[in-house]
Amino acid sequence: MNSAEFLLWVRGPGLNIALVIFTIGMLIRLLEIFMLGRKQNLAELRANGVSAGLRTIFTRSTPADKNSMRRSMFTFVAGYGFHIGLFVVIFLLTPHIQLIQSLLGFGWPALPTPVVDLFTVIALISLMALLWRRLTHPVVRYLSTPQDYLVWAATFLPLLTGYMSYHHLWFPYSWLLGVHILSVEFLLILFPFTKLTHAFTLFISRWYTGMMAGEKGVAS
Amino acid sequence: MSKATLDRGVQILKEHIDAPTAAYFSSCVNCGMCADACLFYTETGDPAYTPINKLEPMRRLWEQEYTLVGRIKKLVGLSKPVTDEELGEWSDLVYHACSMCGRCSMVCPVGNDISYMIRNIREGISAAGYAPEGLVGATTRAVEIGSPMGITMHALNTQARNIKESSGLEIPFDREGVDYLVLLSSMEVINFPEYLEAIARIFKQAGKSWTISSEAFEATNSGIQIGASDIARELVSRVVEAAEKLKVETVVSPECGHAYTAIRWDGPNLMGRRFSFKVKHIIEVLDELREQRLLKVEGIEDSCMTFHDPCQLVRKGGVIEQPRNLLKMVATNFVEMDDSGVMNWCCGAGGGVSAIEEAEEIRLKAFNRKKSQLDKLQVDTLVTACANCRIQLEEGLEVNEMDIPVVGLTEMLADHLVEDK
Repeated sequence: MNSAEFLLWVRGPGLNIALVIFTIGMLIRLLEIFMLGRKQNLAELRANGVSAGLRTIFTRSTPADKNSMRRSMFTFVAGYGFHIGLFVVIFLLTPHIQLIQSLLGFGWPALPTPVVDLFTVIALISLMALLWRRLTHPVVRYLSTPQDYLVWAATFLPLLTGYMSYHHLWFPYSWLLGVHILSVEFLLILFPFTKLTHAFTLFISRWYTGMMAGEKGVAS
Repeated sequence: MSKATLDRGVQILKEHIDAPTAAYFSSCVNCGMCADACLFYTETGDPAYTPINKLEPMRRLWEQEYTLVGRIKKLVGLSKPVTDEELGEWSDLVYHACSMCGRCSMVCPVGNDISYMIRNIREGISAAGYAPEGLVGATTRAVEIGSPMGITMHALNTQARNIKESSGLEIPFDREGVDYLVLLSSMEVINFPEYLEAIARIFKQAGKSWTISSEAFEATNSGIQIGASDIARELVSRVVEAAEKLKVETVVSPECGHAYTAIRWDGPNLMGRRFSFKVKHIIEVLDELREQRLLKVEGIEDSCMTFHDPCQLVRKGGVIEQPRNLLKMVATNFVEMDDSGVMNWCCGAGGGVSAIEEAEEIRLKAFNRKKSQLDKLQVDTLVTACANCRIQLEEGLEVNEMDIPVVGLTEMLADHLVEDK
């Protein structure tokens, strides 16, 4: 297989396979959650909880309070750096928007590529910092499972190979681009079966927690 | 409770895995931020006490039973089943080193309500027979005698007689159609008899009718703490039956955190029906009386005071501003702790921890969090509204040779009541 054939495969059948597994897998995961259901709360409520639930979906993206932020400062800084960087790279880079447009039929304006490049670097550095923490911090090391390292690698690779492709580093561009796309497909296939699902399910978690607290008159 | 076995424990655990639980386990990325919010971790530095780790057996069970990949892994023998030994080991983590204070649930960035799940994993661990002896004893006494500390009606009658003799105040028993059915916690009956007298004086001044039921005076609910819904239901039903029999308008939970949760929030769900009466914490009732200008006080405390928020009132009950409104009626020099209100730190003994003898060491270590909060403030008096917190605070202060009196808010207000002419 030469680089052209490889690129053709990852852009065609490879991408389709990954997208199908990702979509069906995530649908199954969401069904698995919602099918478990939840008992109705019969206590007299202070509020119906809907507005509190919706509020918590947003507020949990920020620290609970100043002291909590100070106590978990490292996780906040590296966590924001990584997530914001990743978001910008995925959704605001010209070729990515072009791909989304070809799949969904609509797109949006992109950021200048050098700006996205900066965000890529921020995301890469943050991810390395988070890995370092996972390996060294007593609590995070204690909690970590092989899967945590697997999803770390699966997230790091697309960023790294994307960065290398853009800067034409060390390897021929067409191979780099092919490997980049393949690494994204690997990420998509892993997604529904690992804790990468948090990208979707955290909204459900925040909703339930915010709603249940709101019913008791607590802003969670 | 039926016979405790691993099978039963696993069965009960499975029954308690609902959609929120599945969403929570799907969302956790092992970031470890819940550890920073947990006093059992911060005061010991032991990573095993990280809140989400306390749920590991339940998480695996969820994965194995309710996810596609988990089921496949189980089928081909790649998953680690939950064992008897493991549940025994986890008993220490979920009972000794967790007060279900819910602080972790406030900081989790993906929004997991961890303490909600702790409440549920306790159901499974107790069904498997690994609940701590101290809690089992308290629960047995609650079912058989009617109080986790073994207090009987005799003790309460004696107290009522003493109050009558010393103050002339009548403690009404089993009156129908009154405004309030007052519940007590055993802790109060034994350690803080002032509470009952305070209530009698306040309601007399406010012109409210009230009563105590001789069939159900105990508000605490060991079934909630140990995690045995059948027992919790039995204990709640005694109160519900008494309230309905006496046709009261409102049931008043005493200065006790989890008792309030038990009857106010869990009660109707345990009984499977809505209540025909209201349930309020005494602090809510007092704040209503304040609003209606029925609480007349005189004199001002000028010593420096702070308020320890019982977790079950702020994070689990939404009673946040009321104690502050009340305190400010009688205190000019009121200061807040560094983390106060919904982010207050637990005293270290809630959720049944105080009933577990083996947990004494960790409970007093956990108190160091409160100590450092108090060290920063240098107050003269510590006010709270939970008898269980109060005992732990008094003990912790004593052990650390800190000379700060701990006062119950209801009694403090009663001390400032305008005397009837």
